[in-house]
Amino acid sequence: MEWEVVIGLEVHAQLNTATKIFCACPTVFGAAPNTQTCPVCLALPGALPVLNAAAVDKAIALGLAVNARINRRSVFARKNYFYPDLPKGYQISQYELPIVGQGQLTIALADGREKVVGITRAHLEEDAGKSLHEAFPGQTGIDLNRAGTPLLEIVSEPDMRSPAEAVAYLKKLHALVRYLDICDGNMQEGSFRCDANVSLRRPGAPFGTRAEVKNLNSFRFLEKAIEYEMERQRDILESGGKIIQETRLFDANKGETRSMRSKEEANDYRYFPDPDLLPLVFDEARIASVRASLPELPDAKRDRFMQQYGLPAYDAGVLTASRAVADYYETVAMGVDAKMAANWVMGDLLGALNKAGLEMESCPVAAEKLRTLLQRIGDQTISGKIAKDLFEMIFAEGGEVDAIIASRGLRQITDSGAIAGLIDEIIGANPQQVADYRGGRDKLLAFFVGQVMKASKGKANPDQVNALLREKLKA
Amino acid sequence: MAFDAEAVIRTAHLARISLPAAEVPAVAEQLERIMEMVEALRNVPTEGVGSMAHPLDLEQPLRPDIAQNPDRREALMQNAPAARDGLFLVPKVIE
Amino acid sequence: MDLSEASLRELRDALRSRRVSAQELTRFYLDRVAAHNPALNAFITVTEAAALAAAAAADGRLAAGEEGALLGIPMAHKDIFCTAGVRTTCASRMLERFTAPYNATVVECLQAAGMVMLGKLNMDEFAMGSSNETSHFGAVHNPWDLQRVPGGSSGGSAAAVAARLVPAATGTDTGGSIRQPAALCGVTGIKPTYGRVSRYGMIAFASSLDQGGPLAKTAEDCALLLEAMVGHDPRDATSHPEAAGVFAATLDAPLQGLRVGVPEEFFGAGLDPEVAAAVEAGIRVLAAQGAVIKSIHLPNNAHAVSTYYVLAPAEASSNLARFDGVRYTYRAAGVEDLTDLYQRSRYEGFGAEVRRRILIGTYVLSAGYYDAYYLKAQQVRSLIREDFRQAFADVDVIVGPTTPTAAFALGDKAQDPVAMYLADIYTIAVNLAGIPAMSIPCGFTAGGLPIGMQLMGNYFTDGLLLNVAHRFQQETDWHRQRPALASAKE
Repeated sequence: MEWEVVIGLEVHAQLNTATKIFCACPTVFGAAPNTQTCPVCLALPGALPVLNAAAVDKAIALGLAVNARINRRSVFARKNYFYPDLPKGYQISQYELPIVGQGQLTIALADGREKVVGITRAHLEEDAGKSLHEAFPGQTGIDLNRAGTPLLEIVSEPDMRSPAEAVAYLKKLHALVRYLDICDGNMQEGSFRCDANVSLRRPGAPFGTRAEVKNLNSFRFLEKAIEYEMERQRDILESGGKIIQETRLFDANKGETRSMRSKEEANDYRYFPDPDLLPLVFDEARIASVRASLPELPDAKRDRFMQQYGLPAYDAGVLTASRAVADYYETVAMGVDAKMAANWVMGDLLGALNKAGLEMESCPVAAEKLRTLLQRIGDQTISGKIAKDLFEMIFAEGGEVDAIIASRGLRQITDSGAIAGLIDEIIGANPQQVADYRGGRDKLLAFFVGQVMKASKGKANPDQVNALLREKLKA
Repeated sequence: MAFDAEAVIRTAHLARISLPAAEVPAVAEQLERIMEMVEALRNVPTEGVGSMAHPLDLEQPLRPDIAQNPDRREALMQNAPAARDGLFLVPKVIE
Repeated sequence: MDLSEASLRELRDALRSRRVSAQELTRFYLDRVAAHNPALNAFITVTEAAALAAAAAADGRLAAGEEGALLGIPMAHKDIFCTAGVRTTCASRMLERFTAPYNATVVECLQAAGMVMLGKLNMDEFAMGSSNETSHFGAVHNPWDLQRVPGGSSGGSAAAVAARLVPAATGTDTGGSIRQPAALCGVTGIKPTYGRVSRYGMIAFASSLDQGGPLAKTAEDCALLLEAMVGHDPRDATSHPEAAGVFAATLDAPLQGLRVGVPEEFFGAGLDPEVAAAVEAGIRVLAAQGAVIKSIHLPNNAHAVSTYYVLAPAEASSNLARFDGVRYTYRAAGVEDLTDLYQRSRYEGFGAEVRRRILIGTYVLSAGYYDAYYLKAQQVRSLIREDFRQAFADVDVIVGPTTPTAAFALGDKAQDPVAMYLADIYTIAVNLAGIPAMSIPCGFTAGGLPIGMQLMGNYFTDGLLLNVAHRFQQETDWHRQRPALASAKE
């Protein structure tokens, strides 16, 4: 009998506001410990929280992007527990009345189908500080620079039914928050963290007991952790055991999850509305203002690319996976063949970036430059092959397209007389092959083309070479 | 409704206050008397009555997203019971 | 002129006309503190050098022709307000060695007005108490009878003003902690409308109930002080946008036609007959000035104490979670692990009353009890507010006793928390609703102990209360009495 896995994901996205959610401390990553603190985020006696407007707007933006209900009135609540990286002894979060309600995210599955994943809610809360366990022997060091950074906790419905679906959802959400420019999505630095709730059930049966795997900070880890959980839980269930509802950590080295020691043990958070903060209320005007400032969202952009540039769904999907790539492509595609531009961006450019370990944001070849290069192919100035060499040159060393074509003499040879001359030379130098070709070995054409190209240092126009060769080789 | 020793110990743990065993009975008794005083509340008819979380009928004011706090680490950490290299220190936490 | 008896206005005139300098005035009061504080224990910290320096600066401003009403006048802060560079303890071992790295807004306001802080005043630990007996630094003694309590939690503030150790003091009021000690010490104090005085830097006990306010010898003095203390503060999200106000200009408005409500529930069993008599006499004084007296009902006042003792400890249990031995508080010695650090630091750092309230608060918020207690209490709180709303549809001011008895003996109620809590029966509902209220002296017991009369007003009628109190004080001289200790010629 089959088991069906049920997966729900909770994502904590750090909002890229300039200041923390409840105080005016900067949120720059990597500062010296405790240099980005103040009485409020250090929880000194008498300090009070005041809400950051930008955090509210970014939460609204996410809500609009997932077609969620935006709650005009939401309330902050205290989640009470003791931990050294939680200076107040409570986290200010939202409990019964979050800012964003029910929404949804459509994901594309490998077989081309689409699936709608429900989003239960999203709410604002503050991040905790950092505990450094290896700093000093027998002691843990606490750095509160991160304490108070705004988080948007996005909770999905338990709608996913495979590790692949979970990864697709997470990738889509990751791209979305970067599209919206509300979160930098840097999973290594912890600005986009994922907890997975995993359970098994017989198809059609009620949901089983779930385990929560915390703090997965890569798509691969998410996939592996779910796979491990599926196996672990299946083993338990099939031997007649029961799944314990607990929190687990993923050990990336071993590829396993293990139970977390008591941090969350029997925690009674005693939620109650925070009396230092009043209900968050805003009007249609605020929502309209955020809506007006939303960028074109990934799905809409993908559909437009298919329409406007005549690209197939796959290409459009790759080119709109990130806003930076999409913007780059559109600049390149201005006035050149859209499909050619797509192939070059998807293949040559992204390939080169990948190999060099670079993100689009640090791309050494400006979009206009690549466009110029493609235009030189289109107007027959250079051949496609030469263009690829030229691209690699510019990627590695910089330089201007036309300047390099001139200085290295890369212009394509299109003069039929010159080409004819080269062909005559090659024909003269290879009588045996000529005879064999005329005798029926058609495949030798490639040999002759190759020789001519070599003789012209790759610059002869291949189509002309081809056509003229066929003519001259006719018996 | 009894505030027994077990309730005291459980609550004290939630509040991270260690009570010496000898004190628990006295504390339980005091807390029970306070809860007795409070019990009367439960009989007050409040059908359909709204909850008053706050005297102010106002909405949350918002702050502009502009960084303003300079680095004042030394002044802000001057009262730390244990600190080194800019970090607050606690006994090692095992996760 | 007897500097210890002068009003703020008289002191200001003396300073402006150079009859006395700010430094001389500060020296005068510092000497009184040195002489009498040992018997009273009203001060936790005296900041002599800083006070004299601030006085010198004030003299400079006076010489330059500056005209503020409070410029150069000595005062002291309840040790619940953070004062930069000065120890701020909240009367707790937990903060015994805590130097605040920043100023509370209230402190900044009065500093900007040129007041000279002499030190930090004793209080009940973390503002939890009605007798100033829970302080880690020892109880405060009532200047009228050193064997009796001054009231709490602002016991040090009331005692210091009554003994003429300062002409002005700040206090805070969560369930009566300005009004009740003012009554027991024979001074004037006002708890303003919630949201008018910034809570930034005022160490939180119960956030939706706490308000800071002044204590002084007269309503006029309180009006001048309160004007400087109110105002919108963007650092406090619960600060009202229209918090500012002027109060001194309207002090003399006549009371003709003023509608005064007297709650029947406040004159029942438990009210000491001498207190009742003094308050009733006080009400007759108002009537003689043209006020119209009528009986009103506050039917849910009976539930005020129960409601308060769910909500205040609940908020406190969360507000005091930051006192954990990690970043700036007392830390127990020789802790073995993190749990040990928390548990022992908090057991040793907090006194018994604070621990009790944290436990009650934690309990009523915990799983299974939230609806039955916390949510229920918030609903009853609505009912209490509604009682006031209905009352103020018919009357302008509500008048009654501040406390059921005069000052009780030290140690009398300390062992019986519930008895102590029930003594707040007349003051607590005010905090639950968030309306303004004040206490003014209105008589003495046969044994010579002060009795206070309480005035309550609708939201934002702080000016009206001060006006009524001022007119009352123009017709009476209870507020001019002083304890023998204060008359000592030093």
